[in-house]
Amino acid sequence: MRLRNAQCISRADITAFPIDDFRSHIVKAVNQGARIAAFFCHDGLLIAVLARDEEGILETISSRANAAYASITPDCPQAHWFEREIYEQSGVKPEGHPNLNPIRSGQSEFFRVDGEEVHEVAVGPVHAGIIEPGHFRFQCHGENVLHLEIALGYQHRGVEAALVGGPDKRAIHLMETLAGDTTIGHATAYAQIIEALSPARLSARAMVVRGIALELERLANHTGDLGALANDVGYLPTGAYCGRVRGDFLNMTALICGSRFGRGLVRPGGAGFDIDASLVDELSDRLDLAFRDLAGAADLLWNSASVMARFENVGTLSLETALKLGIVGPAARACGIERDVRHDFANGVFGFSQIPISTAPSGDAFARAFVRWLEIQRSAAFIREQLEHLPIGSIGSQVHALAPDSFCVSLVEGWRGEICHAALTDSSGRFAQYKIIDPSFHNWFALAMAMRNQQISDFPLCNKSFNLSYCGHDL
Amino acid sequence: MLKEIIARLKQGHQTIDFPGQEPSLPERFRGIPAIDRSKCPQGCRDCVEACPTDAIGHGPNGVRVDLGRCLFCVECVQACPQNAIVYTKNFRMAARQRNDLFTADATITRAKALDEKCRRLFGRSLKLRQVSAGGCNACEQDVNVLNTVVFDLGRFGIQFVASPRHADGLLITGPVTESMRSALKKTYDAVPSPKIVIAVGACAISGGPYAGYPHVHNGADSMLPVDLYIPGCPPHPLTILDGLLGLLGKLPTPFKIPPPPITGD
Repeated sequence: MRLRNAQCISRADITAFPIDDFRSHIVKAVNQGARIAAFFCHDGLLIAVLARDEEGILETISSRANAAYASITPDCPQAHWFEREIYEQSGVKPEGHPNLNPIRSGQSEFFRVDGEEVHEVAVGPVHAGIIEPGHFRFQCHGENVLHLEIALGYQHRGVEAALVGGPDKRAIHLMETLAGDTTIGHATAYAQIIEALSPARLSARAMVVRGIALELERLANHTGDLGALANDVGYLPTGAYCGRVRGDFLNMTALICGSRFGRGLVRPGGAGFDIDASLVDELSDRLDLAFRDLAGAADLLWNSASVMARFENVGTLSLETALKLGIVGPAARACGIERDVRHDFANGVFGFSQIPISTAPSGDAFARAFVRWLEIQRSAAFIREQLEHLPIGSIGSQVHALAPDSFCVSLVEGWRGEICHAALTDSSGRFAQYKIIDPSFHNWFALAMAMRNQQISDFPLCNKSFNLSYCGHDL
Repeated sequence: MLKEIIARLKQGHQTIDFPGQEPSLPERFRGIPAIDRSKCPQGCRDCVEACPTDAIGHGPNGVRVDLGRCLFCVECVQACPQNAIVYTKNFRMAARQRNDLFTADATITRAKALDEKCRRLFGRSLKLRQVSAGGCNACEQDVNVLNTVVFDLGRFGIQFVASPRHADGLLITGPVTESMRSALKKTYDAVPSPKIVIAVGACAISGGPYAGYPHVHNGADSMLPVDLYIPGCPPHPLTILDGLLGLLGKLPTPFKIPPPPITGD
């Protein structure tokens, strides 16, 4: 069944295949350029959502799986994290999968390289800085990293399980805290699901307010990342300035809704807070000031030969690997892939006002930093334009009971990349399953690949250049 | 180098004068909520039922909010038929005792400074090890912000260190997931005594939005003695800074009276 972003269909309309055809359909589609946006097991039923970026169309297919089926991963590497999750969550075994270690409930076995002068470095879950917990296991030969294995799950709170039978009064708050730095992105993905299943029609003004919020979130996080990257190579001026300007963007979000992270700003049916006339001027002024300072800080960065020497040719991910892994967001665009939900599956305000896709070709830490700077400029221009042309009207509309026995997929381009939520409702219109795929879910393995044959001392820089979410992955 | 110097001059001085001056907060800032109990209709439970984390309940004198559970969302404000609940701009809400976090009038018994012995040890140099034990990373980010030039935490002698063995205490965020329980315990044990524990955010105080879920332990004090509770979801950086300075006895006295409630729409 082909469907659009945030379109409600009947569960019965999901195309069902015998398992062999299901498998070959996915492999063939991915070989032809589709991506796996979601792949999960509901009550013994495998469901896959394939994203055809160039057509802007999603396709959802299913197959009844017994206790086991032939793993798709050997023919389609981007399935590998999904299949580990399927085995962990449902017990259905993808046979022939190269590594079925759990991704959330504690990994005890690690791949190991043996040999003279080969040594292992284990880091985490408690790291040196103020960051989230995760475990990194490096196999090194001298300074050289032969292999990195990333074990996550320390942030696992059990959100997906808690959503079954919902939505209840906690649901929106769980969405806003899936990844705290992506409050707007995940809340928007959830709101789109509810609005599609309800159905509710969003006002133009609500779309614009949500779009501004999403781009402010991108501005704040990209700015923070540029600063952190500068700090990681010891270039403190840009680090200090970006750290401050990031706060200026967060404070702009707080100006709209009282919360620096946008808590309460996105609500199913619209927005929780309006941008009234006096706020428009204040936001525009602040945006100009913050952007001016940020441009100065970024200019310093790109013109420092010592910084460029550290950014370039570090943590390079080839286009081929990026495509095989099906990665998303700035990390994908930094490999030259034109992939952006705002463009490919435009929803809300992005259907009316498109933001051009920013790419860079080199796939290294520099490209990932530079794509962020390009996107910062696009987002700032977008917000400026939207503030000038705020549509009139209300910001909220009525949300109704959810359609029973339905299925919906919602995509949002969060600042890390594609956020995918998929909901199945039961016969009484409650969530039978609510699947969340944070962009980090696609991208963690790309970090491991980017580290191959790199110096272990470059790990902080590489890690920051991806800046993936632990909590968004762990749920 | 010349470029750096010119940029430095353009960026200017950005550090705020806190605690010297009252900081300016956005108009819609959600600080401690105030409940006008005189407006509560007999038997009304609308706010209690609307609250996603059961932060509102009936105390001995009527409805009250548990700031340790509160997500500072607007559900109760919108549910109240009498518009009796408003958010104030009072961002000073760190407390030493869990029970001090119950309030109805937008004030709490604020954190008292450490005893003299601990103040002598930590007052001029407090090294903290941060442990993220679940949660959503928003608290971590607003703790990290204290290291920016805006707040410049270092000027108060407070610093985050990489090793628990170099630390005087732990700053914990997150509800303590089952998978982080042993790492948190090991980190705590590695900190030399005397040591302090600071719980930042609704998750670390009560489990926050995940309270009661099977994978979490409903906060740091389920396994460690907590010396300072800093509520919020996440707490504003100023709330965290105010709490830390209060604990070290570095706030000017007397405290300024918080401004009257102004938000609530």
